[in-house]
Amino acid sequence: MSVKIVSLVSVGAHPTSGRARRAEQDARAVELGLQLVGDNLQVLHAGKAEEPALRAYLGMGLARLHVLEQPAGSDALPALAEYLRDAAAQIVLAGTQAETGEGSGMLPFLLGEQLGWPVVVGLAAVESIDGGVAHVLQALPRGQRRRLKVRLPMLATVDNAAPTPRQSAYGPAQRGELQAHEVDIFDDPLLAESALQPAKPRPKRLKVIKAKSGADRMKAATAKASGGTGQVLKGVSAREGAQAVMKLLIEEGVIR
Amino acid sequence: MSDIIRRDPRAEWIARNRLHPLHAAMQPQPQQWMGPHGVVRKNPHGLGFMGPNGLKRIDRSGAQQGGNVRRTAAAEAKLPLHRVAEPAFYIAVVPDMVGGRLGSHDRDLLGLAHRLAGQEGAVLAVIFGEHKESAFDTAGVDRLLQIDGSEFEGYAPEQRVQGLRAVDGQFQPRHWLLPDSRSGGGELGRRLGASLGERPATRVWQIKDGPAGSQCTGRAGAGQQDISRALPRLILAAAECAEPVDETRHEVLPVSLHGAVARSLPRIEDLGAVAVDPAAIPMAEAEFILSGGNGVSDWALFHRTAEALGATEGGSRVAVDNGHMARARQVGASGTWVTARVYLAVGISGAIQHLQGIGACEKVIAINLDPGCDMIKRADLSIIGDSHELMLALIEAVEQYRHGAKREAA
Repeated sequence: MSVKIVSLVSVGAHPTSGRARRAEQDARAVELGLQLVGDNLQVLHAGKAEEPALRAYLGMGLARLHVLEQPAGSDALPALAEYLRDAAAQIVLAGTQAETGEGSGMLPFLLGEQLGWPVVVGLAAVESIDGGVAHVLQALPRGQRRRLKVRLPMLATVDNAAPTPRQSAYGPAQRGELQAHEVDIFDDPLLAESALQPAKPRPKRLKVIKAKSGADRMKAATAKASGGTGQVLKGVSAREGAQAVMKLLIEEGVIR
Repeated sequence: MSDIIRRDPRAEWIARNRLHPLHAAMQPQPQQWMGPHGVVRKNPHGLGFMGPNGLKRIDRSGAQQGGNVRRTAAAEAKLPLHRVAEPAFYIAVVPDMVGGRLGSHDRDLLGLAHRLAGQEGAVLAVIFGEHKESAFDTAGVDRLLQIDGSEFEGYAPEQRVQGLRAVDGQFQPRHWLLPDSRSGGGELGRRLGASLGERPATRVWQIKDGPAGSQCTGRAGAGQQDISRALPRLILAAAECAEPVDETRHEVLPVSLHGAVARSLPRIEDLGAVAVDPAAIPMAEAEFILSGGNGVSDWALFHRTAEALGATEGGSRVAVDNGHMARARQVGASGTWVTARVYLAVGISGAIQHLQGIGACEKVIAINLDPGCDMIKRADLSIIGDSHELMLALIEAVEQYRHGAKREAA
């Protein structure tokens, strides 16, 4: 395929230790790009260029990684939009949400809005690209897939349904080049007014029984789970029974 | 026992006729009265009622039930109706409506919307296309806006954003609430935020009223951090963000959009669902499970049925212990807790451990020979009959349905 693909990457955080690492979903975006165009993949990061965790992406077999140089806490959106407008990319891949910072998952949608590109969420695979149109598979909850036809250029986010990222090798990671670009810097207004705190454990929801009398409370505590108003078909032929089951299955939309 | 209150004309006649030998027994006995010395006397024998096996039972809960006591016909007390005649403002909620019904996440969201609406505001639920929900009133929907049209069907997020923009222009809701879920709400909310130029608060799990206005707290990063901020206009709330509405009924007044919704450029076209191998889907998140138990005799037929229906296979503990199913396919307390939307149980009597495992399933269909088993009490549809014949008939019915669909398409 001779399309230009850009993967956006960020610095992740290990879920237990909190150490900087390659972000899980961004690594999947890089992997998907590598599978599609191989060495022609361009990888882009907005942030500090001297971050060692970025080398983990280079270790996946990239020669260089473009960095739009920004201090921590600045808004990545204007710089990325500016860069992508001139990059002539056909597909831009990104993770669903960042592992550090606010992690709102808004960036792909805001970029799509600014560039006027369609945004596809949960990209699982790209089936074909021809004539400015891509056929892609979108991952849905419950392991389902949906086929979409999207006009290029497009932005796509990947989640855990995308291919698992390859291992990062140490040698190529050290040899790869972090290419810094100078951009204008805009501050993020949110971080000025509020700060990140360690996550508080969420309270468990209690099962509150609002029974007026003791008998009702006893019933609520001892009763088995029951639908109560189920329909029971007794003495029907197998054919009629199967028709009744089919009717419910079709109503629920699980028969395809 | 029937709930219809029946008169006994003979007993009434005896009670009126002072000459009848049974007249005294038919008089209503006072439970307590003032004695000659000014002391309240009570009749302990008047208490209670005769139980079904001839023993006297006393129910001190106040709601006496028994053979000769009048039963309360209207057992379900109606919840008080919450009315908002002239809403001062709207809180717009866009529920996910997975399978056309309100999920628990949607109900939590409506509960949160009611907290934000208070007494003056109205909760406006915006849904796209058809629905199967019958309990909008108890879930807390004051106004229901249904946006219909072929352009909103299937996967049309950009067109739906246009619809929500039209709602925004007409109703100017004070807050937009969407579920931050993978089943559509999270995506639609972010698209709406980008389109309206609102910065949403995402993964919100708590909203607190403070002296300087409301503050909301949401997860940030990979869930290791929290971020608190002033409550924005667009809120994407996590599951269990608030208690669902459960003490009031609501009006569910239908409202409609005045103008036509702008058409967006169809840049993303939905080509429909792709067939996935049901066996490859993890059982905990499978949508449709066919589960077999002790009542299944022909396991080859069972596998054929699962293939024909396109269902993920599961089994009860007995089926797994007898070696008909892999251990990883066991449903129940010691196996997998499944969340299927439709659970079809063939020949499973429903041990309590199994029923715990299917607690999160929406629709349960039972095929069983024993009409008194616990699975049938849990099921929404039960067929009493032989599983072998029923499975054969099911395969035939599915094939017929698919052929019919093909013929229609051609």
